[in-house]
Amino acid sequence: MKIESIQNGIVLDHITAGKALTVYHDLKLDKLDCSIGILQNVRSSKMGKKDILKIHQEYDVNLDVLGYIDPNITVSIIKDGQTIEKKKLALPKRLVNVKKCKNPRCITSVEQDIPHIFNLTDEANRVYRCIYCEADK
Amino acid sequence: MKHLIDSTDLTVEEIDDILDLAIDIINDKDKYSEACKRKKLATLFFEPSTRTRLSFEAAMMELGGNVLGFSSADSSSTAKGESVGDTVRTVGCYADIIAMRHPKEGAPMFSSMVSEVPIINAGDGGHNHPTQTLTDLLTIKREKGRLNNFTIGLCGDLKFGRTVHSLIKALSRYEGIKYVLISPNELKVPDYIITEVFEKNNIDYKEVTTMEEVMGELDIIYMTRVQKERFFNEADYVRLKDTYILDKDKLKLAKDDLSILHPLPRVNEISTTIDDDPRACYFRQALNGKYVRMALILTLLGVTV
Repeated sequence: MKIESIQNGIVLDHITAGKALTVYHDLKLDKLDCSIGILQNVRSSKMGKKDILKIHQEYDVNLDVLGYIDPNITVSIIKDGQTIEKKKLALPKRLVNVKKCKNPRCITSVEQDIPHIFNLTDEANRVYRCIYCEADK
Repeated sequence: MKHLIDSTDLTVEEIDDILDLAIDIINDKDKYSEACKRKKLATLFFEPSTRTRLSFEAAMMELGGNVLGFSSADSSSTAKGESVGDTVRTVGCYADIIAMRHPKEGAPMFSSMVSEVPIINAGDGGHNHPTQTLTDLLTIKREKGRLNNFTIGLCGDLKFGRTVHSLIKALSRYEGIKYVLISPNELKVPDYIITEVFEKNNIDYKEVTTMEEVMGELDIIYMTRVQKERFFNEADYVRLKDTYILDKDKLKLAKDDLSILHPLPRVNEISTTIDDDPRACYFRQALNGKYVRMALILTLLGVTV
């Protein structure tokens, strides 16, 4: 199997093995019109095995979505075949329209145009709370 | 612009200022009788209410202001499919301040994000009811003379009872308060109250399932109704509704200076035979609700007298 190295684009590395397609869908990468490499179960000295996504175009990656999925993913920006920047992820303090509130009593369950917003309330346990109804996510 | 969505939106100092203002209003009603002249309060009640809506309207009237609004979603444009955001933006063109009750949790919070005028949460589903909390705080302050160093029992529906959640959050910022949570296992307080209010702030609390075992410890007992509309299943409601009733026998176990609070309406959780007991504060509490709402309206409108 031959995977071309990227000239200009983004590499998402250290994705938990098996999660590459989740990341692909949550970042809506299916909307891009470029080649995207999805590597699954790649051997890793640190993780045992991991997934990698290679996006062959410049792309403004949503770091909040990525940080929420897995803050350990590494993001490398590639230009002219060189890594010019590595971005560090963190659990985002606020999620806007990343996930939907599932509380049937929440106002977001009946009003379609309200943004679904969650605030991080417990970093250690990754607890997000809906700003409207305060239900856990 | 300031709104009141959650009782913790207000600092302890702001709450104290509102309670002091309410007490000043009680002591000199004439001084405030024209304080809101030519101002309008809109009461947007998407869910039925007697006490809260009427106390808001009476409060504005006693301040010399006017009132408009609706008392059920059926009589508003919601019935035509209008969003709550659009309703609030529209009403903001006609009124200076809005009091909103809505069956969905967070509706007033969202409204505050789009409104041009102050929004007061007059109850959102089973979530928060901050003006009831201010009413409760004023009642405790007037009955006990303080907002610290007492043991309070909260009894009944602690799971869906929004007044209980708001009151616990507000009182958690005062010193030396012990909480006794009296409820059936099915209606215990939500986990987030335990972890994020009690445990996070090292607050003394205990959970029990009978009133008799704790009556003698309490300085205040806050009774709540087991509300039919909060249940998905009627059989659960019928099974639990009569579990906790305060009557003369249970009062014999209580301190002489116990204060009995209830947000009202009651169904049968407080026997009418104790209404004349001086420890029964719930009708004085309802009156306090009007005065504290007067103080809140003045505060949010920035009116000084």
